[in-house]
Amino acid sequence: MGLRGHAAIVGFAEFKHERKYSGPRLFTVEQWSELTAMALDDAGLQLADVNGIACTDIRESGMFTPATIVEYLGQPVNFAERIDLGGASSVGMVWRAAAAIELGIADVVVCATPALPIPSNPEPRAIDPRRFFQSSSNEWGSPQAEFEIPYGNLAQNCGYAMIAQRYGAEFGYNEEAMAKLVVDQRQNGALNPLAAFYGKPTTAKEVLASKMIADPLRMLEIVMPVAGGGAVVVASREVAERCRHRPVRITGFGEHLTIKTPTYAKDMCVTPVGPASRQAFTMAGLEPGDIDAAEIYDCYTITVLMTLEDAGFCAKGEGQRFIMDSGMTHDGNFPLNTHGGQLGMGQAGAAGGMTQVVEAARQIMGRAEVRQVSACDNVYVSGTGGIMSEQAALILQGG
Amino acid sequence: MDLVKPIPRPSPTTRPFWDGLNERKVQIQRCDGCDSWVFYPRTRCPSCLSDLLIWREVSGQGVLYTYTLARQPTAPHFADETPQQLAVVELDEGVRMTSTLVNVEPSDIVIGMRLQPYFDQVTDAVTLLRYQPG
Ligand SMILES: [Zn+2]
Repeated sequence: MGLRGHAAIVGFAEFKHERKYSGPRLFTVEQWSELTAMALDDAGLQLADVNGIACTDIRESGMFTPATIVEYLGQPVNFAERIDLGGASSVGMVWRAAAAIELGIADVVVCATPALPIPSNPEPRAIDPRRFFQSSSNEWGSPQAEFEIPYGNLAQNCGYAMIAQRYGAEFGYNEEAMAKLVVDQRQNGALNPLAAFYGKPTTAKEVLASKMIADPLRMLEIVMPVAGGGAVVVASREVAERCRHRPVRITGFGEHLTIKTPTYAKDMCVTPVGPASRQAFTMAGLEPGDIDAAEIYDCYTITVLMTLEDAGFCAKGEGQRFIMDSGMTHDGNFPLNTHGGQLGMGQAGAAGGMTQVVEAARQIMGRAEVRQVSACDNVYVSGTGGIMSEQAALILQGG
Repeated sequence: MDLVKPIPRPSPTTRPFWDGLNERKVQIQRCDGCDSWVFYPRTRCPSCLSDLLIWREVSGQGVLYTYTLARQPTAPHFADETPQQLAVVELDEGVRMTSTLVNVEPSDIVIGMRLQPYFDQVTDAVTLLRYQPG
């Protein structure tokens, strides 16, 4: 079962992540064009080489999204996927692209997640009644509308906080470890010119003094919303041979969905990234110990902690000790989120997860400059959507 | 501005749960196909997909599975509850539900504590199931 590792990431693009966006505003389809042009140029490919796309939603159209993008780009495709996995969408795009390529139905697939602000509408639309303060569904008949929203269980912070609180009750909660995680990632981010926290490392003291948002999560353990976006080009082995950079082969993946609201998880402390990661490692024929760098989805510190455990980098309940005992900067013994993660980059909506994919490719291609992990051949990437409800993993290897 | 808090809109399937709360009773579904308890209400059992779901009255008592204190309102509508004491309650039957804690100080909240229902009639037609120590 699985991939043979014949498809590879051959190029990438990334907008600078900014809290206050300083560039021109563009519609999502226009950003798609920008990212496609940048990523193809990076790879050394032309628009005419493209015959597949993977996308998330766009602001200009509620449906027929892939066709809208394909028409706008001006390039017909054989393979078009719209992925609805929140923060796991980028990982979901990459394995679907690789699968399509190995099936022989596409040679070059652009996966893009634009997330810059669009031009302000002179005729603002009414607020979508299906959304209620970042809830995904307030429609009649939606379990969320009926059993969550009336109690105020909304948005992401409280769901992740309740998972963290349960984790603490079962395994103990070490604030120092969570602070160290933020400090190490922000140190990486401080070296990344595309990160919102470029040149701005932090200290454990600062993290622990930051405002409590939803117990036990503090402000600096939660991603900051920013403008951004990124893209990768996935190509066949034949195409990869004529591209500019070292191919980043996609050798393993997994995806697992369990619930939408953590209340209904069988065990709140066992996350879907476990089965997803086991499948990815098995497919690639690697073990966690073979990994040179881990780019782990980090909407919150608790997400990283539980992914480290459930993906098998350390035992269940040992994650906080593992964090305290490991050097997690780019030059440490366990390089983690070497771009700063989203805690260091800022989170550009569902594009956040693309930063992890792009950084993995950057490291394997040997293009991470001052953040370069020496001898980086095998990288683990994870994506997390919803509230620890849909997760995906990739194993990427140098070709 | 006085914001009207969102309230549940019962469906034909879920109506008995909300009707029960209006009568100060907690009723949840039990599956006759596999003898498991089901929450939230469904048309088929999420364990075995049987449609033999029977409404049963239960005590409503349980334990605190987890909670958080939302220091910033999750929506402006909940500003008067700050900090919101959001909770996941595990009923003695094993099913979990989302709720909020009342009649307890934040410092006295402990995961695993015994809880009992607090019926909060929020409109003429709707009663929410909140929880208090007990
Ligand atoms: Zn059943």
